[in-house]
Amino acid sequence: MSKYETVIGLEVHVELATNTKIFCGCSTEFGAPPNTHTCPICLGHPGVLPVLNRQAVNYAIKAAMALNCQIADESKFDRKNYFYPDLPKAYQISQFDKPIGEHGWIEIEVDGEKKRIGITRVHLEEDAGKLTHDEYDDTSLVDFNRVGVPLIEIVSEPDLRSPQEAKAYLEKLRTIMQYIGVSDVKMEEGSLRCDANISLRPVGATRFGVKTELKNLNSFRNVERALEFEQQRHAEVLDRGEEIEQQTLRWLENENRTKLMRSKEEAHDYRYFPDPDLVKVYIDEAWKEEIRSSIPELPDERKARYIAEYGLSNYDASILTASKKTADFFEQTTSKNVDPKLAANWITSELMGYLNSEGLEIDQIKMTPDHLGEMISLIQKGTISTKLAKKVFKEVLDTGKGPQQIVEEKGWVQISDEGQLKEEVIKVLANNPKSVEDVKNGKNRAIGFLVGQVMKATKGKANPQLVNKLIREQINL
Amino acid sequence: MAISKEQVYHVAQLSRLKLTEEEAEQYTKVLNDVLKFAEKLNELDTENVEPTSHVLSITNVLREDVVQPSIPREKALSNAPDQEDGLFRVPAVFE
Repeated sequence: MSKYETVIGLEVHVELATNTKIFCGCSTEFGAPPNTHTCPICLGHPGVLPVLNRQAVNYAIKAAMALNCQIADESKFDRKNYFYPDLPKAYQISQFDKPIGEHGWIEIEVDGEKKRIGITRVHLEEDAGKLTHDEYDDTSLVDFNRVGVPLIEIVSEPDLRSPQEAKAYLEKLRTIMQYIGVSDVKMEEGSLRCDANISLRPVGATRFGVKTELKNLNSFRNVERALEFEQQRHAEVLDRGEEIEQQTLRWLENENRTKLMRSKEEAHDYRYFPDPDLVKVYIDEAWKEEIRSSIPELPDERKARYIAEYGLSNYDASILTASKKTADFFEQTTSKNVDPKLAANWITSELMGYLNSEGLEIDQIKMTPDHLGEMISLIQKGTISTKLAKKVFKEVLDTGKGPQQIVEEKGWVQISDEGQLKEEVIKVLANNPKSVEDVKNGKNRAIGFLVGQVMKATKGKANPQLVNKLIREQINL
Repeated sequence: MAISKEQVYHVAQLSRLKLTEEEAEQYTKVLNDVLKFAEKLNELDTENVEPTSHVLSITNVLREDVVQPSIPREKALSNAPDQEDGLFRVPAVFE
């Protein structure tokens, strides 16, 4: 791969979380029965007039601002003409020369290296309907519920240099959209969609190579895999001294390859022109300021704060801030004098492990941040050991009961009473003379065994540090 | 500024229209007539006029994000050439 430099640009569509469609009052709810959220406007009947949804514009401005774009003072809508059955008007209302935002950037991090990726533009447009193909009689079926749902299209500069960077960029975009609350950004529901352009050029060359366009990459993994496949294919074609053909390709997930959708000759000719049904939108300073003041702390700022204020590692801070829900959970956990590092550890290891194995989101579980905070407080106070805490942790997840209550009900309080523990220690030492002998002969590992025996005898409730100390005292080390 | 017959075929193809030779001839003439008529506008001096996409002086026509009732599905489908299970049925498309 070292002979070539890979150049990737992404076009990302984000469905905005408005209640209604961009130009009519139909609901945008996902999963409704087919064609129940339509009206003459989104069905493209003759003579109807679209009226722009204010919230869609607000969200588009907010997204463009969060991506460091310059916001247009004057924006307008254009018709993008193409004939396709998912588009009842035979044109899509989009934005051509006056998008909501331009000249933005975001920062990504791959293998510890930070890099700034340019955002060419952010524009508003309407979504198309959903097509399914009927295998039996060779026809297509159309559901127009989605037609007219507001989208923003985010176009990156060709600044990405590897499939890994492309994936990191997409993940960063998703996180930012999540933080500012303009979209659900669920790839599986299609509220985040990605197309990619990729080309290769000899290292050191300034001109771009011929690109291919990859459509409908419907998961983060597929974005990376499809680009890796295409990168490899380009390199092989170029190695043979042949040329890449400019094409649009579809990624076939199950076959792990790309397939031709259309060649350059069949490329669309969109004949954009201003939509005469929609008037211009002027975005004045007051409007911009109103939106700007509604933008919350963004992931990078939050991550930096976690490192500076709480002393978290770059790794932990990255994991915690990668999703707003997780970051909010973490902050709520630490709100009552709970050690942030302990909280970070519990969330990134035990909790994430549980979520991954169960396939759940952090807001779908019985444990609340207050529960976790309470549990960590019990550890900090010495009421329960870390070992007991793991049992409490599981019990909270299973039952939704509070840690304090669980500890009381189960009698899982750590035994830190020296007198009581001394009895247990003496018993264990008497029953394990060989291990005692080993310890005396300098085998430190034998101490661990003896501590384990005491823990077992006390059903895990003994304070391990204290047990260790008492054993050493008894053996006169 | 004239439109060629090739361009007429191209536009027809984009709109998925099949034209006969005679129709193509006819549209080439008609479309050229339309353009010639519109040419008249070029007689005006627009040197100091800002380009606009709209003849109206109003701007920022926006609605609040409040759900309005959609139309019943039977009505939405009443113009469909063919339908199945509440879906519009159309000739097969591949992409």
